[in-house]
Amino acid sequence: MSAFIELDNVSKTFGGGVFNRSSMVVAVDNVSLSIHEDQPSITTVAGESGSGKTTLARLLLGSHDPTEGKMLYRGKDFTKLTSKERLRFRREVQPIFQDPFESYNPFYKVDHVLEAPINNFKLASSKSASKKLIEESLEMVGLVPEETLGRFPHQLSGGQRQRIMVARALLLKPRVILADEPVSMVDASLRATILQSIRKLNRDLGISVIYITHDLTTAYQISDNIMVMYRGTVVEAGTVDAIISNPSHPYTQLLIESIPQPDPKKRWGEEPPQSDWELTDDVLVGCKFADRCSKVMDECKSIRPDQFKIGKNQMATCFLHKDAGKLSDDDLTSTFSYAETTNEKA
Amino acid sequence: MTTPDAAIRTYRKGASISDKDALILEDFKVYYGTPRGTVKAVDGVNLTLKQGERFALVGESGSGKSTLAMGLMRLIRPPGYIAGGTVTLKDKDLTDISDEEMRLTRLSEMALVPQGAMNSLNPVMRVEDQISDGIIDHLGPKESLSKDDMTKKILELLNNVGLRPNVARLFPHELSGGMKQRVAMAIGISLKPSMIIADEPTSALDVVVQRQIMQTLGRLQEGLDATILLVGHDMGLVAQFADTIGVMYAGRLVEVGPVDSVFSNPKHPYTRLLIDSLPSLDEKKDFVGIPGLPPQLINLPSGCAFEERCPSRFERCPKEIPEALNLGDRRRVACHLFENEAK
Ligand SMILES: Nc1ncnc2c1ncn2[C@@H]1O[C@H](COP(=O)(O)OP(=O)(O)OP(=O)(O)O)[C@@H](O)[C@H]1O
Ligand SMILES: Nc1ncnc2c1ncn2[C@@H]1O[C@H](COP(=O)(O)OP(=O)(O)OP(=O)(O)O)[C@@H](O)[C@H]1O
Ligand SMILES: [Mg+2]
Ligand SMILES: [Mg+2]
Repeated sequence: MSAFIELDNVSKTFGGGVFNRSSMVVAVDNVSLSIHEDQPSITTVAGESGSGKTTLARLLLGSHDPTEGKMLYRGKDFTKLTSKERLRFRREVQPIFQDPFESYNPFYKVDHVLEAPINNFKLASSKSASKKLIEESLEMVGLVPEETLGRFPHQLSGGQRQRIMVARALLLKPRVILADEPVSMVDASLRATILQSIRKLNRDLGISVIYITHDLTTAYQISDNIMVMYRGTVVEAGTVDAIISNPSHPYTQLLIESIPQPDPKKRWGEEPPQSDWELTDDVLVGCKFADRCSKVMDECKSIRPDQFKIGKNQMATCFLHKDAGKLSDDDLTSTFSYAETTNEKA
Repeated sequence: MTTPDAAIRTYRKGASISDKDALILEDFKVYYGTPRGTVKAVDGVNLTLKQGERFALVGESGSGKSTLAMGLMRLIRPPGYIAGGTVTLKDKDLTDISDEEMRLTRLSEMALVPQGAMNSLNPVMRVEDQISDGIIDHLGPKESLSKDDMTKKILELLNNVGLRPNVARLFPHELSGGMKQRVAMAIGISLKPSMIIADEPTSALDVVVQRQIMQTLGRLQEGLDATILLVGHDMGLVAQFADTIGVMYAGRLVEVGPVDSVFSNPKHPYTRLLIDSLPSLDEKKDFVGIPGLPPQLINLPSGCAFEERCPSRFERCPKEIPEALNLGDRRRVACHLFENEAK
């Protein structure tokens, strides 16, 4: 069976005309992955800010066309879908955008955000059924319906706005949720509550979740698999257990070391090395992390490392692991593992 | 300069805060008038920040943190209004001065990095122009900067927040969320303020950049001997960065104290549950939040606002709003459980 969504050697490049090659940014660099409907999992996408996580999500959403490679939906090239297939895709794949301040129309009450998809996709048969759906989804993210509905976006706090976007995705019960930093603006307790409701949807309804986040501790608690990005490349991928217990790419190691511990006695060390970013994407040939890497070797500066397989459930694009051999399949999700679910198909 | 004995010990390496008051809030109240009633977003906050102190305000989403920060700068828009209390900055009551005087005070003394600051950038202006505009706005009437000096200054500011020089020539839509946030930070710190108010300045950034920015902000702050009010949800960041922590719940400050002692020995049940709900990388445990919902700010209960969700509640809690109790060692808590420990 073909994958639900597949990226086949996809790259996305911005800028860089003939006259200005140095302004070119390779936001996503040759990534292959697949999301299978019968293997729902929660996959975290972590990585540097500006490393291409949102661009990757937009590629999966079909809102960016790949510069190279293909995006396939149910085995079919996304650019060749009929309008009926596109409508189905829009129902089945739901985004939660990174920025709760940008995703609202300031002139509509927040009710509109929740009512519009119910009407568009005919999710409720009556006004009262629609109201019930809305109230349930608000409560799932810790919002009091009476206090939330009827308000304009600017009358809600940052975290409240963010939670409405989550409620909207929950209400639609799609096949895939692409959640871009869905809980960055809420407190730790609410984060746990909201992520638990996302996980419940994943486990109970078999919804696949792509969870883009900077918060590796919540990622570790709720996700099955993880991929770490650096300057457009997936530098490490596999199960979250494998990677958190044995981070193998020096960037992943730096990332984990930098997590601020909620304990004033465990202090951050020295400031990490800054990237000098002297090499722009049009001239960069070797490993993109080489200029900051404490373990850099000669070959790193001239050759781009392949995806090396470290174990059954882990790969890293780093020459330190070249003896392990290349990943046989370009598709990085071949390192993933999928949890047992009680998948009652919706 | 402060003499050593007038200084307050902090956990921060090699640092102590002066005993000089930088900002005092007394019974500060900010409300929003709505058709359904008054939202008491900040309801009687008492707080003193010392010069050079790094104060972090945490608490439930919607508990009034941003409202407090915007309120003390008088940047609340209707239907919001300051409903009472005073804000004293350097012996001046900010609630009592003219709009013009307030504007000048903000320009010369206070820097704000608002929540979602990345959206405050002008979409049709290059990054370098947005930064230089900010700097020019704040130059005195007789000051000026040469073009070269301005370019140098811009590159230095970008470098401070970990952005490469070519970002200067880009437009906001060409930047990632985190990069925009860093530009907003660069603008905020360009003006050498004595009071920095940062509302979730790094929630859009990866931890490596977070650490760089907070360490940069810390260095700048120490250089300027500025006071910082940091609003945030990231308890890890707060533990790493702040000297003092304040915890808000439903518009009130329920606990205040030095970070090390609050983290190791939280008093208020809300603070304790909040710290308990922090996930870690050491073990996978039951990952659950505090059950229940916060009260409606339109209709606050007549007793403690946390009572319904509190595992330690007793008869007195629903009847009486707990006053802030002074527990010594710069710790305060508003909870009936600690009546006997009050000093
Ligand atoms: N529309 C665009 N035009 C030009 N460049 C872009 C555009 N969108 C993204 N980029 C560039 O692509 C790179 C990746 O951006 P992206 O938003 O995907 O990063 P991200 O990993 O989501 O970052 P963050 O964690 O900060 O949100 C960045 O260098 C950014 O400047
Ligand atoms: N213009 C407004 N009209 C009515 N209520 C408002 C308005 N602005 C904010 N509120 C309410 O005031 C309360 C406090 O909001 P505030 O933005 O200060 O919260 P916060 O603690 O910063 O939350 P977060 O952590 O989610 O950003 C919230 O319950 C919010 O819904
Ligand atoms: Mg992003
Ligand atoms: Mg806020």
